Amino acid sequence: MPGVTTDSRSFCSQSNTLRPYLAAVRSTMTASLCLTNFSSQVVERHNKPEIEARATPEVLLNPVLISRNESERVLIEPSINSVRVSIAIKQADEIERVLCHKFTRFLMMRAENFYVLRRVPMSGYDISFLVTHVHAETMYKHKLVDFLIQFMEDVDREISEMKLSLNARARIVAESFLQQF
Amino acid sequence: MSSPEVYQLAIGTPITCHAFNKDRTQLAVSPNSNDVEIYQKGRTGQWELLHTLAKHDRMVTGIDWAPNTNRLVTCSQDRNAYVWDWDGKKWEPNLCLLRINRAATFVQWSPKEDKFAVASGARLISVCYFEQENNWWVSKHIKKPIRSTITSIAWHPDNMLLAAGSTDMKARVFSAYIKGVDSPRTYPLWGEKLPFNTLCGEFGSEGGGWVHSVGFSPSGDSVAWVSHDSTLSIAHGRDSVPVEVPTGGLPLVSMIWTSETSIVAVGHDCTPFLFALRGQQWEVIGKLDQGQKKAAASSSAFKMFQQMDSRAQQQNNEVELNTTHQNTITCVRAYAGSPDHVTKFSTSGVDGKLVIWDLLSSGMAGLSI
Repeated sequence: MPGVTTDSRSFCSQSNTLRPYLAAVRSTMTASLCLTNFSSQVVERHNKPEIEARATPEVLLNPVLISRNESERVLIEPSINSVRVSIAIKQADEIERVLCHKFTRFLMMRAENFYVLRRVPMSGYDISFLVTHVHAETMYKHKLVDFLIQFMEDVDREISEMKLSLNARARIVAESFLQQF
Repeated sequence: MSSPEVYQLAIGTPITCHAFNKDRTQLAVSPNSNDVEIYQKGRTGQWELLHTLAKHDRMVTGIDWAPNTNRLVTCSQDRNAYVWDWDGKKWEPNLCLLRINRAATFVQWSPKEDKFAVASGARLISVCYFEQENNWWVSKHIKKPIRSTITSIAWHPDNMLLAAGSTDMKARVFSAYIKGVDSPRTYPLWGEKLPFNTLCGEFGSEGGGWVHSVGFSPSGDSVAWVSHDSTLSIAHGRDSVPVEVPTGGLPLVSMIWTSETSIVAVGHDCTPFLFALRGQQWEVIGKLDQGQKKAAASSSAFKMFQQMDSRAQQQNNEVELNTTHQNTITCVRAYAGSPDHVTKFSTSGVDGKLVIWDLLSSGMAGLSI
């Protein structure tokens, strides 16, 4: 049974690398969320997120990849009327991989409740968000950025907590099972 | 510094664009929908809804109100433009033959109000004029060498040249000379022989961003544009090298010339910027909305440092910005004064606010011309 030692990093050492990482994500998001209403110039009477349609190369900007380490990274793909943000969540071992898969699946099945969540993540990433100009019009832009930062922060903690409680429960189950002998 | 007049016209819906009539008693806005709403200034000083012009069947993207003929022109993503005439009782729509097959993005009357130009996603500009024998607004197309959606256009004060900004990162100046409407003339800065669709200048910026807005200076000698690389650029004549002025902030979206030597531009930073020519150099003079400092919330220093540490958040966790506009400003127009000396200007934005700013008290104080 894997011990809890793999995730015993203290708050301080975590935040030392987390802070510049989140700062980079925050400023990139703020700059890429400058969106306008842009009607398709390829299909008549269509108005689609250009980053998904990919039909007009000149309205797509260069994607930005921000990595904290090899397993944790964020890909931000801006365009004139939409931004796609894909997040790779840290998965150190098998349990984390399973938990992360279940957790993101749970969220993505309820994507319409989250407005900016994409139903399918980009390949190579665990969860993707699609922010369009409609979201930027109906919500405060700086709050949208805050939401994404908050999500990135919380998802790590959520998964470590789930892993801890899973380990604890496994120990209790094993103990009570072995008491029979 | 007098505070700007703020009118919350729509709550929760952006104002795509706005236009005033000549004496500034009526206002046309597009509330991010298919309709155009006409407001009148009531006795209380608030704007009261007078008419709703419902003819377009997709979002209205541009409105312009001709001051002297009192005609409205609107364009929309449904590929149509209408000229609205006031017959004393109601606004009468006249469809224009734009002959475009993509969304119309921007519209502007020419200074003499006998032509207007419609920008479109069909990579062309329709220059429309009234044909007397058919009793119909017809159009001619400016096509070459545009390679992407036209985002904005601006007329030269002499009614003949047209500046256009596009998402192919270029600002261009074209001749929109129409036989029978204009009398031919030449410009020392823009060219000698100018038949329709002559390219009189093509400018790009080094960074290369989508051009969001263009404008001719009051004399017509210079053209300025704002682009997505957060710069304002100014070119003086067709052969000049454009001057670039970076703002250091988020991209600008709309701009106007307030005199021959000053420009006001607005955008994603939610505040108007003032630019001016000082000596030989164009400079950012500053933000016209300094913002009110909110009373500091009683959060402890510990909490502040914790937030800075864990979330890379510099300010405290407040929902509202301390600028007048709470979201991107998308449209700026002159409100009072003459073209070469604008004293007041109006802005509208994604937050549904219309704000009238006094340029003299808020900005010119710091500007010594």
